[in-house]
Amino acid sequence: MIYLELFLTFLKIGAFTFGGGYAMLPLIQSEVAAHGWLDEKALVDFIAVSESTPGPFAVNVSTYVGAEVGGVLGSLCATLGVVFPSFVIILLVAKCFEKFRESTVVKGCMSGLKPAVVGLIGAAVISVGKTVFIHDGASLAVFADASFYVSLVIFALSVVLAFKKLHPIIIICASALLGVAAGYLPI
Amino acid sequence: MKNSKASTYLRLFITFLKIGAFTFGGGYAMIPLIQRETVEKREWITSDDILEIVAIAESTPGPIAINTATFVGYRICGFFGALMSTLGVVLPSFLIILAISFVLREFESVKIVQYAFSGIRAGVLALIVKAVWSMYKQCNKNACAYVVMVAAFMLTAFFDVDVLAVIIGCALFGLASSIMAAKGTKR
Repeated sequence: MIYLELFLTFLKIGAFTFGGGYAMLPLIQSEVAAHGWLDEKALVDFIAVSESTPGPFAVNVSTYVGAEVGGVLGSLCATLGVVFPSFVIILLVAKCFEKFRESTVVKGCMSGLKPAVVGLIGAAVISVGKTVFIHDGASLAVFADASFYVSLVIFALSVVLAFKKLHPIIIICASALLGVAAGYLPI
Repeated sequence: MKNSKASTYLRLFITFLKIGAFTFGGGYAMIPLIQRETVEKREWITSDDILEIVAIAESTPGPIAINTATFVGYRICGFFGALMSTLGVVLPSFLIILAISFVLREFESVKIVQYAFSGIRAGVLALIVKAVWSMYKQCNKNACAYVVMVAAFMLTAFFDVDVLAVIIGCALFGLASSIMAAKGTKR
């Protein structure tokens, strides 16, 4: 049943994401791809939509995937699933707050999870990079493709803007404008 | 008494509804607004509480926004307080994304939107690169952390190892190495 599947999949995503935001991207990528719910391109497009709308990325992406797969009820199941683990775990932790904070087990696990998240998002850069730069199959022909260089320029410019701490929405707008300009220019 | 409790529930719900509706990007972007609403305006909790809540939210799974909302709600008004604030923070994203999901597919076939998104994808890649960098900065920098970082990256990006397995493995590795380090200092 699709609703139960949505709920359980996003329950898993909610339960195993540490650090919030893009930290959940690799897990979402692999789960959503494994179910064939959304292709890589649509997911990357949706990241832009999520950055330009209010609310946490986790809630946004679960609502969207749920709606695409199973309509309103699907989006409800997916969102409930992603929220449920945090809700329950925080309720438990709130009861034994001090114990949790001083726990060596929690500290130990976190010392492994924090660098793991860096590596995992790094891996997401590779897979999203493939979607951005390589349009039809990996081959040397990529370098003869004008759109490859357009993407490269937009990417380089966006990196500079991102590290200048400009707001993500500004970066998304700028790269959209450049994309449109490049599309209509005769290159 | 009963009346005042009901009005606290309502106030929690509305406050977090506002927080959910006005933060773009979620997660850490939400913290300043949560601080202003719950500490400065309502005096529900102190700013020391906020720091502790963020620390807890970071070391429990799930999106930081959900964790924080649940925790603040619980602190103020127990289980139903947690329920109201979590509902409040999720509802705006849920409704907005649900509305967008109906129209996004319609726009996808428009030429200019396609061009815009081909630019946006390169911009999103830059945002993810930036996320890797900020996660890296927050991370401990010792030999162990670098090993985990590289291992998580390689296993996910090039060896197609299950993301969930990588997350659990890294947590256990962190736990084991911190227990070993503790034993070492005792001797």
